[in-house]
Amino acid sequence: MPDDPAFVERLRAGDKEACALCVREHSTHVYNLALKLTGDPAAAEDVLQETFLSAFRAIPRFEGKSQLSTWLYRIAHNAALMKLRKRQVDTVSLDEPVENKAGVPEPREFADWSENPEEMLMDAEMRHAMQTAIASLSETLRSAFVLRDVNGLSTAQTAEVLGLSEEAVKSRLLRARLALREKLSVYMSERVAESKR
Amino acid sequence: MNGGECQHLLGQLSDYVDGELGQAMCDEIEQHLSGCRNCRVVVDTLRKTVTLYQLAGAEPVPGDVQERLLKVLDLQDFIGEKK
Repeated sequence: MPDDPAFVERLRAGDKEACALCVREHSTHVYNLALKLTGDPAAAEDVLQETFLSAFRAIPRFEGKSQLSTWLYRIAHNAALMKLRKRQVDTVSLDEPVENKAGVPEPREFADWSENPEEMLMDAEMRHAMQTAIASLSETLRSAFVLRDVNGLSTAQTAEVLGLSEEAVKSRLLRARLALREKLSVYMSERVAESKR
Repeated sequence: MNGGECQHLLGQLSDYVDGELGQAMCDEIEQHLSGCRNCRVVVDTLRKTVTLYQLAGAEPVPGDVQERLLKVLDLQDFIGEKK
């Protein structure tokens, strides 16, 4: 199966059944990575197609030094970044959190969230706030957060996909998490204020 | 979040919520949290933030998107039932 050298050999030989299995195993993760990074279903579909077309073309050069999934994520991540750069999205937020001496954005919102995450997810407005918050992150922070926290890669795998050290991934992850927490806290405060009117 | 202890916690926050810190460091942080309301809120809401995105999880690839992918890859005849 997926990371077994015999399976990779079948992919190299152009075995259609193996290619189909590879697509079945990895398309959901690749699609979701692309969707979260680009925020655009059409761009995510393009990235999905480009990832597997590129991967099957490049598989003879896959040396098996990383897991097949990590390699696919790397191709997908690069394809998604190309899409973002073509769109020239300005990802620098005008209200970036202030940074403390250690360079970590300092929290400014201290509203307590009384609801638990399961209850919060039932709310369509909350899900929209989550999408808006993730879209507001810079490309570098979004990549680290999506790979590590949404797609569930380890810190080491995330570092490999992004070509960074694990320390750099951890630093970006912390910044991304704090920025998202800040945005969602603002949303939660506004919601509580509205409910009291 | 102005004190030195608060800023120290901030730097350790991800490792703390991921359970990647040693016991001694956890004890130190928890002692600080017991007396700092703002840091307690930040830790709690940061955990909830991560959980929210994890629970929201992966969206399935829409059927038409999957069909077009298989067509582009010329694999339509090789995909059985999805697991």
